[in-house]
Amino acid sequence: MRYQATAPSLLPEASAAPAELPTGTLKQQLRRAERRNRVKAFLLVLPLLLFVGITFVGPLAEMLHRSVYNPLVADSLPHTIEALDDWDRRQLPGEAAYRALAEELASLHQNRQLAKLASRLNAEQSGMRSLMTKSGRRLARLDPPIDAKAALLKIDRRWAELKYWAAINNLGSRYTLSNYLAALDMRYDAQGDIVAQPENRQIYQSLFAKTLGMSLLITLLCLLLGYPLAHLLATLPERRSNLLMILVLLPFWTSLLVRTSAWIVLLQTEGVINDLLVGLGLIDQRVQMVHNMAGTLIAMTHILLPFMVLPLYSVMKSISPSYMRAARSLGARPGYAFVRVYMPQTLPGVGAGALLTFILSIGFYITPALVGGQSGQMISNFIAYHMQTSLNWGLASALGGLLLAAVLLLYYLYNRLVGINNLKVG
Amino acid sequence: MSLPVYCTPAERIGHACYRLFCYSVLFFLIMPILIIIPLSFNAEPYFSFTEGMLNLDASAFSLRWYQDMFTNPQWLQALKNSMIIAVASTLLATTLGTLAALGLARSEMPFRNAVMALLISPMIVPVIIAAAGMYFFYTSLGLAQTFTGVILAHAVLGTPFVVITVTATLTGFDHSLTRAAANLGASPARAFFQVTMPLIRPGVISGGLFSFGTSFDEVVVVLFISSAEQRTVPRQMWSGIREQISPTILAVATLLILFSVLLLVTLELLRRRNVRMRGIRE
Repeated sequence: MRYQATAPSLLPEASAAPAELPTGTLKQQLRRAERRNRVKAFLLVLPLLLFVGITFVGPLAEMLHRSVYNPLVADSLPHTIEALDDWDRRQLPGEAAYRALAEELASLHQNRQLAKLASRLNAEQSGMRSLMTKSGRRLARLDPPIDAKAALLKIDRRWAELKYWAAINNLGSRYTLSNYLAALDMRYDAQGDIVAQPENRQIYQSLFAKTLGMSLLITLLCLLLGYPLAHLLATLPERRSNLLMILVLLPFWTSLLVRTSAWIVLLQTEGVINDLLVGLGLIDQRVQMVHNMAGTLIAMTHILLPFMVLPLYSVMKSISPSYMRAARSLGARPGYAFVRVYMPQTLPGVGAGALLTFILSIGFYITPALVGGQSGQMISNFIAYHMQTSLNWGLASALGGLLLAAVLLLYYLYNRLVGINNLKVG
Repeated sequence: MSLPVYCTPAERIGHACYRLFCYSVLFFLIMPILIIIPLSFNAEPYFSFTEGMLNLDASAFSLRWYQDMFTNPQWLQALKNSMIIAVASTLLATTLGTLAALGLARSEMPFRNAVMALLISPMIVPVIIAAAGMYFFYTSLGLAQTFTGVILAHAVLGTPFVVITVTATLTGFDHSLTRAAANLGASPARAFFQVTMPLIRPGVISGGLFSFGTSFDEVVVVLFISSAEQRTVPRQMWSGIREQISPTILAVATLLILFSVLLLVTLELLRRRNVRMRGIRE
């Protein structure tokens, strides 16, 4: 307060002095200096922030946009969509809608743009592909002034069914949740209500369940294998434990593809393990251990195990052995002392390791793709399938959006429980 | 942890089981990697040990798969591409990551936690999602199927490692050293290169090695946004494993294992140097 009182009297002199002399009260100067420091710190981070924003966040935003943005039908059939605007979905649309559709189908067929639209609509309502291409082909051959409704019904009776019109209408708006509905085994019905997909087309809910189940199992296996190992490494004398640590770090550092191909080589029916088992007379028939779910489980447990061992190790390393000794000397049996005294102290490590392993495993792609066969596929593999093979990018984006939401939620939990600053590598 | 002398026989047996279990887990970790190495010298195109190999018959071993790799123009091109992409993306990631870590280590940094969480996210978000998004985004920017696109993508995947390692080196960094340098008349750039840099160099280099390793092992982004022209070693391995798995893959794998051993040794030396230089007692 004293400084504040004296400062005003200094002001006139200060303003008369050269410009670089600080002006204002001490408090103001301090605040200015702090702000300058904050700006400086921020400016150092800014280049990377911009870089990550453009090269990483931008792509994610684009994917999320694509998961709801659906311009194909609205752009291809603008007049039909407009004519269907006031359609009540209970009876067939009016003559205007038939006319608009007939004209647009014919011109799309002539411009060779019908196939893409037909396959998009087919994903919404099976049968649409043949209906659209057939109608487009025939309509293009007819003379323009026609009775559109009669012509369409003559080409295919299905144009008298509500569900085909509903499919066009459902995909008519530019922004739609239909991709997310499809990713959750749901769809819009002819009345525009949300209903479950027919049983035989339901795959994604069970796929999500399978992905979560497999990740949980892998996390559990890693914990089961990793906990005793981390304990051994943390309690051995330094020299021995450093030596054994190499056995954990070398796989961690080895290329993912190398480790995956190693498992293919080991586990295949003509591979080393089968040779060994047959040679020892343990089995008569060679066992299929790869290109199925077992392969994915074994290889992924192997790949993710170091991510469990390392955080456990660093927590166990900091636990003083005197706690256990105290418990023993107070009369606790070894098992009891371990469970009641030692284990609670390792919980932060268990949390950190398990969350990290789980986060990494629900998004795993390479290993399931190479050793998973049919049954060992996870959600990521279906994203890749829809990106590269079926070319249903909207659905791939929606599946990606759901997976991203799950991962970000877990990441948030990790940040709250473990703290991002405690994330170590190597 | 050795057992105390007063423990019971049951405890001894339990302890022996625990040791055995731990060593089997270690065996499980290392065995797949070690088994690839002898198999890569197989003279026959099989993925199992032949009779001759088990009898240590010299004629059962050969270097044909290595020869195959080094004479195949596809593998050589892939190696060249991998090197170009990994070196360029590492330089980019290390520069940007080190700058950012310098800012993040300052106590005045606003929104420190949120910014850190964002900068680490490329390591957490499943790479398949990033790759799908990059396919859309980079195509619209005209970066898909170019070296620039792959380099930028690999750089952003490598930056979290640099941020983490350099921030870790900077904790406990004595900021009065840079102030002293400034006081003695050094410009900020000179103070950085002559005072700060030598102290944080181990962190910068190990972050760089991590990001190099990330790029050198990355296949998903390459699958999505590159063309045949940017085919890298992992991409070549990927199609090798998917289409016609030949023992050449094992030769490449052995070389990659050798490479990771080198990386691991370098990192360990760096870590020791870091500990020594900063006088940290473990």
